[in-house]
Order: sequence, then structure tokens, then C-alpha cells
Amino acid sequence: MKLLEHKAKEVLKKYGIPVPEGFVISSADQIKTISGPVMVKAQVLIGGRGKAGGIKPADTAEDARKAAKAIIGMNIRGFISKEVLVERRLEVARELYLGITIDRSRRCLLLMASPDGGMDIESVPENRILMHPIDPLIGYQPFMGSKAAGFVGLPNDTALQMSAICGRLYELVTKEDAELAEINPLVVTKDGKVIAGDAKVTIDSDALFRHQEYNKLVEDLTPLEQKAKDLDIAFVQLDGNIGVIANGAGLTMATLDSINMYGGKAGIFLDLGGTDDPEKVKSAMLLMREANPKVILLNIFGGITKCDTVAKGVLEAIEDWKTTVPIVARIKGVNEEQAREMLKSAGMIPASGLSEAAEKASKESLR
Amino acid sequence: MIHMAVVVDNNTKLIVQGITGYQGTYHSMAMRDFGTKVVAGVRHGKGGEKVNDIPVFNFVSEAVGATGANTSCIFVPAPSCKDAALEAIDAGVPTIVIVTEHLPVLDAIHIVSVARSKGITIIGPNCPGVASPGKAKVGILPNNIFKEGDIGVVSKSGTLTYEIVNAITEHNLGQSTCVGIGGDRVSGASFIDILKKFEEDKQTKKIVLVGEIGGTAEEEAADFIKANVTKPVVAYIAGRTAPPGKRMGHAGAIIARGRGTAESKIKALEVAGVKVARFPTDVPGLLRNL
Repeated sequence: MKLLEHKAKEVLKKYGIPVPEGFVISSADQIKTISGPVMVKAQVLIGGRGKAGGIKPADTAEDARKAAKAIIGMNIRGFISKEVLVERRLEVARELYLGITIDRSRRCLLLMASPDGGMDIESVPENRILMHPIDPLIGYQPFMGSKAAGFVGLPNDTALQMSAICGRLYELVTKEDAELAEINPLVVTKDGKVIAGDAKVTIDSDALFRHQEYNKLVEDLTPLEQKAKDLDIAFVQLDGNIGVIANGAGLTMATLDSINMYGGKAGIFLDLGGTDDPEKVKSAMLLMREANPKVILLNIFGGITKCDTVAKGVLEAIEDWKTTVPIVARIKGVNEEQAREMLKSAGMIPASGLSEAAEKASKESLR
Repeated sequence: MIHMAVVVDNNTKLIVQGITGYQGTYHSMAMRDFGTKVVAGVRHGKGGEKVNDIPVFNFVSEAVGATGANTSCIFVPAPSCKDAALEAIDAGVPTIVIVTEHLPVLDAIHIVSVARSKGITIIGPNCPGVASPGKAKVGILPNNIFKEGDIGVVSKSGTLTYEIVNAITEHNLGQSTCVGIGGDRVSGASFIDILKKFEEDKQTKKIVLVGEIGGTAEEEAADFIKANVTKPVVAYIAGRTAPPGKRMGHAGAIIARGRGTAESKIKALEVAGVKVARFPTDVPGLLRNL
């Protein structure tokens, strides 16, 4: 779960990492006074706000209100800014990068620091980024922060400040179950203070059971996405017109790839996870009805459940659905033949293999 | 420590942590039907009970002491999974298969690092497990798709693995061992760990690798194959059509920052001399033509 900047900064602050003073508003007239020059910043979960006009400076309360008015409701690459963060403008001497993320290959956390902050870390050459894997059995140690501060070329007092921030960021990551905590830019001000200019924190959604406070944060989901989430079904919207239901991430992707090989294009796909639970298949069919694709492709590889039981759930889901949407169904496993007959007699297009199902669905979608 | 062929074999003596839950009970029976010696279950507070005729112990150490178990399969829910895995490690169980999904990534990091420091093998989390037809199965793979043979399968996926194993069997080829390593961002055994075992394993003559978008494990596997694997390898990579930035179900299956694309993985594998299938069902044909 990605946190908006203001929320992420709140978390930083909780761990003693300096952030500029500021406040969040959802309507411009909530700005009464400001205590000096500020930045008015769109709150959206996507990068490139500045370029899109989502960050504006203001010197007076009047200017700040104007800026807020322009930004609230702004559509930034598909994300609407419902709120703005009004925060003290920093006198920037240097912009650095500091982050902690997951190193999948080494299976540990990775401390990253760069002297080239303020831009996408992806565009920074690798020799300009310090990457220090944190061995979980060693844990974060102060020398790592010193190494980072030395790498970005900070002298004396600012080095100590940055080093301390590294330790606090590690504490934040491990205590809050963050899978990413990024301060970009980490600003060194003209008067020698090291402070977080921006913040990206992503909480591991699998760890929310021990972080109830984040459960209260509402995510920006469409009603259909919300329903899928409640049912623990992975919902992904693509730009094609074939609605795909499959079980398991790998099989779902293989189904999409196969459709593509036959010239079709997947639209919404629902991944039930590794299960063939008939109730879940049924729920997914009901969701797919609402999404109303041109063709539906159901591809279930059965494990525990017998295919005819899964087929029965599918039939129940479409029972009262007067539709002409072609449904290509493939259910693999025990009692496969019976399931095929059931689906066929209900007007569906049965398929025996993955390729055959993909081919039939693609053909239907191109009619 | 008993040397195992590839993760499991005839010497596997299995305990099931979380045996009293629906999944734990169902799959304990299925594993036994496959031929696995399921010697005990563990569930705190239910020691002394039986699940069918399998004795249940309160703690892993007790179960190991009483039965000589050398492998554990973990079904306990994510919030207690770290405790369960560390308990098995603490009891010195040399091979641990974690089926549990939605394990917090920091818990996975912790478990894997401790296990590694003690030379313990972890398969998973969020994996279907390991099956060696004619020997043993530890995990949730369907029993009826396997046939004993000489093909080693290693995969990040669950149901896609079943699809491919099933296709191999339908073409009258068979498997030596099939290892589902799981698709989470942090897993215990990697492709490379399993490829090493297949290379050494006498029964395995050909290898199938099933990967998917996200991370760089397939690229690393390709480099390893090029330098160290003499047996022929066929691969399938899922996610050719997955758009960047969208998580495709598995926590790890995402193309982030231009890395982890199917193209890069397919290219790396082809450079290493691996035949890459276009459809999952093309795998048996490629195996036959090797």
C-alpha cells in the first residue's frame, strides 16, 4: 500500500526524521495564513507532479490559495489530487537521494544513497548510487550510514545528520513493514540542515494484519476493484476486450500471452490465486458479468475440487444472466468430461487445452 | 544429515505444521496417498490428538524427537508462519517447505537468512511444494498429473506448473522431481539452487524451467546454466504481454522500472542455449526434440 506524501512524511516524523512543517487541506479556503514562503504540492500516488504543474511555490496566503485552487482536483497522469500539502519552502543547497528497498536476489534489505537527488533514481548512473545490502543477521549498523554520507560527499555535521537519518529510516522500514521507503530529494539546506524534501513509503500489504492503522486508509479503487479486493481476487484492467478468469498468477499470465499469440487482447482479468474453490469461481463470474467484456475466457486448472463442481458454480453464476456474451470455458482436472458436457449444454464454448481456449476466445473477440 | 536426491526422496519423513486446519488435513492425506511418509503433525495445544491416524504433537522438537522427521511442510496462516518456520529451524529440521501465502516480505527475509546460516533448505513461501513421482510429495501439487521419468521441473508458479507437468505426462514423458519455488519477492531456494541439484541428480536427464516476469532470477539462472549446466534445458516464461507497473497476482510478478521483462528473460535464456516455448503446451514437444 503506497502512502501519499503527507502520510509518508507523518511516518518519517514519527521516527525522528526531519520534515518541513506543513499542513494538508482539501479546499483552498482552508488556508488562512502562512508563516513564510511555501510550496503547494499535489497529493497523488504518481511521480512527475512537478512537471505536470502539481507543485507550485507561493509567498503569500493569497498566492497559496490560488495555487491550491489550481491543484485540487487536478488530473495528474490519471490520478486526481484531492488534497494538497502546503509546506515550508526549503532553501536548497544540495539534493541527495536516500532509500531502503528489497533486494530480491540477495534476499535482504538494500540501503541506497546517491549524491544525485531530485530526479528519478532510475536515470542516475549506477556508479553514482551506493547500494549496501543489509544482512538481516547483522542488521543496520551506524557504519552503514557513515558509508552513505561519505559516498554522497557530506562533510562533518551534515554527515552525522544523514547517518542518523539512515538508521531511523531502517527502523521505520522494519517496524512499519515498509517494502520501500524513499527520500528523494533528501535536502541539505543552505543553513546546513538535512531534511526530507519528499517521501515515498509503501507498506507491505501482506503485513497489514499487524498494522491496523493503515487499514483505515482508503485506497482509490473503482467499485469493481473494491469488490474483487474484498473477495481476495487479483483484479487487473488491461486495454483489450476479453475478460479472463484464471487461477494462479503464472497460469493467468500464460493465458493472456496465449490470447495475444492468437491476435486477441485481454481486458479485465481476475486471478483467483492458486485455488479452484467453486464459490470463488462463481464470485469471479459474477464480477465479470458486471465488467461486461466482449468475450469471457475461463481457464481453471483444478487441484482439490472436481471439475463438475466448479462447472456447477459457473452455471449458477450465469443462470439468470440473459446475455449473448460468448463464454469460452476450460476446466482441467478430475471429472473434466462431465464438466465439459455441462458447460456445453448451457451454451458455453468448451475447450480442452489452454491453447485451444485462447484461440477460441480470440476468434470470438475479433468477430 | 541424510542426503536427498532433489529436496525429497524415499527417506523423507514428513511432519505437517498446521495439520489440523482444512488445508493441512486435506493435503496430509493427499501427500500420504502419493507415497510420502507423513509421520506427525504439529499444532500448539493439540498434542496427543490424531488427524486420521497421524499423531499430533504440540511442538516440532517433540515431533522430531518421537519420529525422526527430517522434513516439514508448513500450512499455518501468514500471521503465525514466521514463528512456525523458525520453530522448525530451531528444531533442526533440514528441509522446510512453506506453502503459506501472503507472508510479509520482512518475515520471509528473516526466515531465509536464519535458515541459510544453518544450512537448512527452505522451499517457498507461497509455493506448491515438491513432488518426486514414486518417492514423495511435500506440498499441494495435484497427485494425478505426475508420471515417473527423467525430467526435472523447477518453477516459480503453481497452477502453471501443473499445466506444464500435465502436458509432459500427457505426452508420455515423466518427471524426476518437480520443485515449485514460489513467486514471492523473497524465496528460500532459488532457480540456481535447484538447477544445481538437477545437474547432480542421476535420475534427471532434462530440465524444464518455468519463470515469470519480475525480478532477475531467470537472468541469473540463465548465466548459471551457461556456465554450469550440461543437461539440456527447456523454459517457459509467463508475462510476455504484461504491462509495466501492474502487479500480476504474485507479489513478485511486476515489471518495475523497466526491469524484469519477459523479453530480457527469454533473451538471456536463449543466449544460454535454452529452448524457450511460446505456449506452455509446447514444452513437451521441445523436450522430445532435444
